[in-house]
Amino acid sequence: MTATETFAPTRPTRPTPRTGGIRALYAGNSRAVIGRGLLATRSSNWLIVVSGFFEPVFYLLSLGIGLGALVGSVSTTTGQPVSYAAFIAPALLAVSAMNGAIYDSTWNVFFKMQYSKLYEGMLATSLGPLDVALGEIFLALLRGAVYATGFLIVMQVLGLNLSWTAVLAIPAVLLIAFGFASLGMAITSYMKSFQQVDWVNFVLLPMFLFSATFYPLSVYPQGIQFVIQALPLWHGVELVRGLTTGALSIAMLGHVLYFVVMIVGGLIFTTRRLRALFLD
Amino acid sequence: MLSIDRRTPQGAWELRALGQGELLVCIIVPQPVIAASLLTKKYKEFAAVDGISFEVEPGESFGLLGPNGAGKSTTMRMVGAVSTRTSGSLSILGLDPNDHGPEIRAQLGVVPQQDNLDMDLRVRDNLIVYGRYFGMSLSSCAAKAEELLEFAQLADRKKSKVGDLSGGMKRRLTIARSLMNDPKVLLLDEPTTGLDPQARHILWDRLFRLKEQGTTLLLTTHYMDEAEQLCDRLVVVDKGAIMAEGAPADLIRSYSTREVVELRFGSELNASVAEQLVGIGDRVEVLPDRILIYTDDGDGDLGWIVAKGLTPITSLVRRSSLEDVFLRLTGRSLIE
Repeated sequence: MTATETFAPTRPTRPTPRTGGIRALYAGNSRAVIGRGLLATRSSNWLIVVSGFFEPVFYLLSLGIGLGALVGSVSTTTGQPVSYAAFIAPALLAVSAMNGAIYDSTWNVFFKMQYSKLYEGMLATSLGPLDVALGEIFLALLRGAVYATGFLIVMQVLGLNLSWTAVLAIPAVLLIAFGFASLGMAITSYMKSFQQVDWVNFVLLPMFLFSATFYPLSVYPQGIQFVIQALPLWHGVELVRGLTTGALSIAMLGHVLYFVVMIVGGLIFTTRRLRALFLD
Repeated sequence: MLSIDRRTPQGAWELRALGQGELLVCIIVPQPVIAASLLTKKYKEFAAVDGISFEVEPGESFGLLGPNGAGKSTTMRMVGAVSTRTSGSLSILGLDPNDHGPEIRAQLGVVPQQDNLDMDLRVRDNLIVYGRYFGMSLSSCAAKAEELLEFAQLADRKKSKVGDLSGGMKRRLTIARSLMNDPKVLLLDEPTTGLDPQARHILWDRLFRLKEQGTTLLLTTHYMDEAEQLCDRLVVVDKGAIMAEGAPADLIRSYSTREVVELRFGSELNASVAEQLVGIGDRVEVLPDRILIYTDDGDGDLGWIVAKGLTPITSLVRRSSLEDVFLRLTGRSLIE
């Protein structure tokens, strides 16, 4: 016997822990999260899902058609006069995108985070927090897209789409929903009780009523206009209204940019929070 | 040309004649599946896990025994690569969880303390969807799910809603789910807590089968009978630190006597009677509700006590258990 070798196990003995890179956050498998979501919708409450579609339709019929008969025509931001129904319909479309995305990313996400421990289970597998965040946000978007398309069909039937660019309202609505969903999920991750989730409605209702939804921004004094313009819904309303009425302007690119920033910021926050909460 | 190759769970060696009187001997020492050294987890100033070290060999069934709040679950979360350590070193399947979290998690099966089954999905879909999280194909998920439904004795409930299952069934489904990715190591955090005795025995039987198939098990428990049933080796943990390590029988042998006499004189009298028992057996332990006498001859000692005119309300002679080991090491009961 002339050669003896022993292979001893090598063990990492790094004293200071460091965190991994993107591989630790993202496994490129959001479709598994989406697949789960689609399968789970089978057991969802369809009455609630459908009511989300009818809410803006009811607003449109009562305010747009009913009240609109008294109001007459209104000027858009670019000065184009349109019927009152055609003025509020795109705003309601933006609002329905917001509501759908917020409902999914606050109530639903909160429940999955705190009660059903769904994310805890997911993150014990090879999924990363970014897979979960992207998958859940995609599902919220899908729901928003279904609502938006339905509403746009109603608008078409009522003759409220004044330009071919109204077709572009669908991607615009998805952009808006994406922004609200990613920000909503980030905010939800800080919440500890259902009461706190309720505060979201406390913010959403005034934003819905005052974001140049039912009348032009110009009715406000300058100071209040700035406040409204800082809030996301106003950008959404202006973007969609420009597209459905055909009153295009360069300012619309600014609205798009606003939502891009909101999406990126929301995603970064959500991923960080999911990591802090479940991979501490 | 001679070549001998032997592989056992304990390691492998290979002998190869190279010719001209030369012989090559390779001894492959198995790498521990889990190696923790001075592992520590602090939440602000509080050390939930305070410098524990242990190694788990392939195919071994290893237990963390300790009361609630001992740091068992925190240790499990670090081993499960879902919690980062504050200091110390940790290697799971040869990888550092700080750098390779997803790779490690892909090879682990996790049964958490609280069931976190997907309540929106049916029994079979729970398994399939979980397999998809690991990136498995739909067809292999479906095949694996059928196999595991059989294993978990849930084949007749595959279309049921999860909410309609009993506690024991949910637990079995959670275990089945944890096996979807053919894990090399199964982490079980308090696997039978909250189950009735019959459900516990069914579960132990399933876990025993896994053990026989060579799955490495790491489990936490505060039930001594569970630890004795399932663990080849265990550490007794208290307040984030390891108090003792060994096989259940060895621990009982080294930290306790063969038998224990349990006497109840009523909570008023226990302390005063205990003074008259000094000198009996190896050691006398007074608990609020009973007196324990550690001895090698329980029946003999009990006879002596009765002959002395002391009349306990109840008396019992039993074998020493891990409960006694824990009491000896910490001065406290395991379940409080």
